Amino acid sequence: MENSQIIRIESLVKRFPMGKGEFTALNGIKLSLGQGEFAGLIGPSGSGKTTLLNIIGSLDVPTEGSVTVLGRSIGALSAGEAARLRKESLGFIFQSYNLFAVHTVYENVEFPLLLLKYSATERKKMVTDALDWVGLNDKIKSKPPQLSGGECQRVAIARAMVKKPSLVLADEPTANLDAANSHNILKTMVSLNRELKTSFLFATHDDKVISYLRRKIFLLDGRVDNDVIISN
Amino acid sequence: MKLAIKLAFRNLIGAGLRTWLNVIVLSFSFVIIIWLKGVMSGWDQQAKTDMTNWEIGGGQYWHEAYDPYDPFTFSDSHSPIPGEFRSEIEKGDMEPYLISQGTIYPQGRIQSIMIKGINPKQSIFMLPAHKLDTVMTDAIPSIIGSLMARNLKAGIGDRVTIQWRDNQGTFDAAEILITEIFTVSVPAVDQGQVYIPLDRLQSMMGLEGEATILTYRNSETPVVDVPGWTHRPKEVLTAQVDEMIKMKTTGQSVLYAVLLLLAMLAIFDTQVLSIFRRQKEIGTYVALGYTRRQVVGLFTVEGAMYAVFAALLSAAYGLPFLAWQAKAGWTMPVDASDFGMAIAQTLYPVYSAGLVVSTVLLVLLVTTVVSYWPSRRIAKMNPTEALRGKIQ
Repeated sequence: MENSQIIRIESLVKRFPMGKGEFTALNGIKLSLGQGEFAGLIGPSGSGKTTLLNIIGSLDVPTEGSVTVLGRSIGALSAGEAARLRKESLGFIFQSYNLFAVHTVYENVEFPLLLLKYSATERKKMVTDALDWVGLNDKIKSKPPQLSGGECQRVAIARAMVKKPSLVLADEPTANLDAANSHNILKTMVSLNRELKTSFLFATHDDKVISYLRRKIFLLDGRVDNDVIISN
Repeated sequence: MKLAIKLAFRNLIGAGLRTWLNVIVLSFSFVIIIWLKGVMSGWDQQAKTDMTNWEIGGGQYWHEAYDPYDPFTFSDSHSPIPGEFRSEIEKGDMEPYLISQGTIYPQGRIQSIMIKGINPKQSIFMLPAHKLDTVMTDAIPSIIGSLMARNLKAGIGDRVTIQWRDNQGTFDAAEILITEIFTVSVPAVDQGQVYIPLDRLQSMMGLEGEATILTYRNSETPVVDVPGWTHRPKEVLTAQVDEMIKMKTTGQSVLYAVLLLLAMLAIFDTQVLSIFRRQKEIGTYVALGYTRRQVVGLFTVEGAMYAVFAALLSAAYGLPFLAWQAKAGWTMPVDASDFGMAIAQTLYPVYSAGLVVSTVLLVLLVTTVVSYWPSRRIAKMNPTEALRGKIQ
């Protein structure tokens, strides 16, 4: 499964305007990721992890170089095409969960399916399955403010996974969680990676996350410093 | 669009109190705008109805010399009542008026008046002319309006001296006895007017069988061309009121605009705050597959939905209130005669389906525009910064 590439990055440069000059966040990144990988971008703050994750997630565009995700060149996509890529094939998990506070757990997880125009019956089954994966079927009517941090992140995982995307991008998913919750969350993601063959790409500097990764891509000052594949 | 409506509905219901506060403010605007417009329409309608009932009937024939804006014409604006109208007058479907200038002397003061001679048995006008149907030799029975009574400081049963000039130019004077004081919202019927029996005025003036104005009851009455008399249809006689209504409409529009502005301020404020407060949510929508334009659409629909909710809430409590007002009327807390304008003490709002529909559509349209305006900012947002809530 890991043979087919889902991400291919060549000579990626990303610069941001800063004052009168520019700040180079990514400088000549070359990288590829196969299907079913459980990989992480590791590095200190400012190393370019989140920027790289945002470009792969088509939320941002490269300044130079090429980024191809699931066969689509990120820099060449229109706003609508990029939105379609995210809607159909990508899942996002954020550090601060980014759940819709006024929606219930069920409605939060259902949201990506509404965008994909699934029928009500299909949505119900898929949401129930996703909440089963993360063990939150008893909380469907709760709203995020009523949940713990760990539960919120589980909802976020269910939301990212409900449409069974090809790739899940997780930005510091355990940063707001305690150790026990972090391990639970990571175990859930590992099992989903194994069961559903979904690729996971993390941006992290959390040792707990790093210990679960099967591929560790170290970034430093916007460059790939090291790329380590952990053999089973 | 369907999805935007579904999500907007969820977002607004989920937001709870914040939503309902906006909806309540907006629903007040709905009801107040419709009520105020209804009161104004009622006032306009009342002005025309009162004018018809108290002054102009179904239309008039004026003596050709008569010009209500030129008092110098009054002495010459009379002639015998044409024979063509005799049968209608006998049936009570037409009433002659004789008008003369005069002077009244209340408590030693002096004041110009119009003396109007009317038939005490008339039934075209709402004037209580039957109160003139009194036989007395030492004074002339007369009725006056409440404004006139206040100016004269006179009441029912008071006697006041009036002076006039007959058709020979001779001055004469007599006492009038006030037999009734009526209240009317048409100033031209009240201010400076003294009504006495037609035959008494004709005799005082030496103008037996003559009149200045002939008023007919039914506006459908066929027009007769009579030499020396000019036909004045109802539409011409009410043209001034129509003009006044037009002028008032401009003033009212400003009032509605202010009301609408206040309501829209609440929506605008909520939208602006939402866009800053809900940055992460906006970024999340984009990350999950919305385009920024679709997010703008969602926020716009949310804003417009306030107006829909407000319309529903307004229907719940506003319709009974408006219906009750239309029946019971709105009585002004201060004496309407103090206003110096044609206005009844109690105004009965008149609503039309057009008024309700146009108000709802206007508020809906303006709310949508006001919601879209700040939401455009979302289209310029960088989703990665929005996700982190870093936009200032």
